[in-house]
Amino acid sequence: MDTVIISSILSIGGMGLLFGAGLAFASKKFAIEVDPKIEEIIDNLPGANCGACGYPGCSGYAEAIAKSGAEVAIDLCTPGGAAVSAKIAEIMGISAVEAKEPQVAVVQCRGNHEKAPKRFHYHGITDCAAAELIMKGDKGCVYGCLGLGTCVESCPFGAMIMGSDGLPIVLEDKCTACGVCVAACPRGIMALIPRSQKIFLGCVSQDKAKKVKEVCSVGCIGCSLCSKPKVTPSGSIEMNGNLPKIVNPTADDLPMAVEKCPTNSFVVRK
Amino acid sequence: MWFKSKSFKGGVHPPENKAFSDNKVIEKLPLPERVVIPLAQHIGAPAEPIVSVGDEVKTGQKIGQSKGFVSVPCHASISGIVKKIEPRPHPVGGDVLAIEIEGDGNDIMSQDFDFNPDYMVQSVDEMKENILEAGIAGMGGATFPTHVKLSPPPDKTIDTLILNGAECEPFLTSDARLMIEFPKEIIEGLRILMKILNCKRGYIAIEKNKPNAISLFHKLINDSKQSDINVVGLKVKYPQGAEKQLIKAIVNRNVPAGGLPMDVGCLVQNVGTAKAVYDAISKKLPLIERVVTVTGKGIKEPKNVLARIGTPFQQVIDFCGGLTDDAAKIINGGPMMGIAQFDLEVPVIKGTSGIVILNTKQAILPQPQPCISCARCVDSCPMGLMPNYLATLVENQKFEQAKEFNIKDCIECGSCSYVCPSKIRHVHLFKFGKMHVAKMMKPAA
Repeated sequence: MDTVIISSILSIGGMGLLFGAGLAFASKKFAIEVDPKIEEIIDNLPGANCGACGYPGCSGYAEAIAKSGAEVAIDLCTPGGAAVSAKIAEIMGISAVEAKEPQVAVVQCRGNHEKAPKRFHYHGITDCAAAELIMKGDKGCVYGCLGLGTCVESCPFGAMIMGSDGLPIVLEDKCTACGVCVAACPRGIMALIPRSQKIFLGCVSQDKAKKVKEVCSVGCIGCSLCSKPKVTPSGSIEMNGNLPKIVNPTADDLPMAVEKCPTNSFVVRK
Repeated sequence: MWFKSKSFKGGVHPPENKAFSDNKVIEKLPLPERVVIPLAQHIGAPAEPIVSVGDEVKTGQKIGQSKGFVSVPCHASISGIVKKIEPRPHPVGGDVLAIEIEGDGNDIMSQDFDFNPDYMVQSVDEMKENILEAGIAGMGGATFPTHVKLSPPPDKTIDTLILNGAECEPFLTSDARLMIEFPKEIIEGLRILMKILNCKRGYIAIEKNKPNAISLFHKLINDSKQSDINVVGLKVKYPQGAEKQLIKAIVNRNVPAGGLPMDVGCLVQNVGTAKAVYDAISKKLPLIERVVTVTGKGIKEPKNVLARIGTPFQQVIDFCGGLTDDAAKIINGGPMMGIAQFDLEVPVIKGTSGIVILNTKQAILPQPQPCISCARCVDSCPMGLMPNYLATLVENQKFEQAKEFNIKDCIECGSCSYVCPSKIRHVHLFKFGKMHVAKMMKPAA
């Protein structure tokens, strides 16, 4: 009995020793040199893998920066913001880039269940892009928010919730402006605006006034009143096709435009 | 196999419900007071308007010019005055640029459209030109431009032409009536198509639930000794009228994945298209009217009507006695593949084979339940796909894998949804998945 135990200890132990030595040798012999900077950058990135930078995940971005010798812009990580880009600059040994203005995602539609009624009952997959396939969606307005929450689902930071009125809500303190929701929305309703911009237009409809009136009570009818000098003397709003475009997001006369808008299409952020 | 009707693997057999209208003679719908003619009634680039608001137009006059090769023109279906050119609701979805014509009630023809007995002496190119100018698009419902189908690349030879009179969709009887009332025209249309393609073999495929049509064609073809045309009775099964399934059933050839019938030397045309081709070649008559089956439990008098293209659904329904009190759902096309409508202002278009109106009881929409892995959908899929896997993959946004499982080969026939005990919305999921797969493949190409 004893011999069996001893022989197995010896044989298993001997094999362990042999393989261990082999592995130790292989790890030295076939080691792949990893740029320590990549590891360091990954450690400093937020690790959400949201894709805001345009690279496949945080490690992809870190590799791109390190391999290109900081040829790739180092301020593409919007969730990380200025702090992360400063860290990356330090690691790469270059001067820090000027901090970009922080942004936030907004919902450019005010047509909730009450204000923009549906034209038919939709019984299908809970996804806006799928709803769009069936007669261009159930909303009366073919530009308006379908309210099925594809953007909410897509948000990697849990910064969006679906409101009870059928419009998504951006939780601004959680939003990192990664832009995933902007890409997810089949109707282009989500947009990124500077955090300092308090007023934006809550409508993307390209329809003519008559049609907009038919389908939504708060849709922009393109009357261009807000762009008139008597409302915005500084020229902070210009007409861009059927919709007004805010060219100077911090102008003092924007609240006047909000007040004068006959359809109440502007949104004032808190 | 001698005891079996010709068919394919898979498929379903929903209640046929054809008795509502299969004995009703095609009735001419009174001239509509106004028509709305969408410029996109076909697959491909929409036509461009060549008239402007206020212009006077005559019946049969071209009002939309085809743009590009895969596109067909459209024609005024009544005489009158162009009222508006603006986006209007379209039965297949969304608002599409359309021309509204207010009729003068006289139906003045733009030219004589006289019968030319020597129509067969036209050259092939002339014939194709006439078909294009007549604005013909596949009338079975898919509305693919016919002249494009008739112009295969030079390396493909078509040896078999199949006229599709299967009409496998439940309820619909427009093709069945057309075959009984215009059999000679359809055979001549087939002859013209065979001449254009220099094709030696023609089939007229009819499901066996239309014995009158089968015997009628048999008799006509035997009497005139046209041995190169065969009439084939097919098993009554859905989707027997889908072109790949039809080819499999008749000549036992498999259209390759992602391929077209021309890859196996076949071409399928609807019987309605053949009739339209005959009219276009022999009378130069453009496609301005079609047979529409108005049927279902939700309509007072089910009928087969000959309606001008652009007639609003409302008028067609009124002609059939109006809706019953319990009418709940109005479908453009058959119940399996058709699209429910929410606005009766939508016009009859070139692909409107039927208007099916269901009552409250039939229109119940069950809530989908989780898949129980019974695999009935796998048995029913006429394309040999695995709808159960595909649905799960699409639900979980695994579009790459869905592509590997050949989601693009799905013909959206709805057999899987029909048999599913959990009432999963397969077709919607697959349309959604296909859209994503197409998006995925775009940047690579």
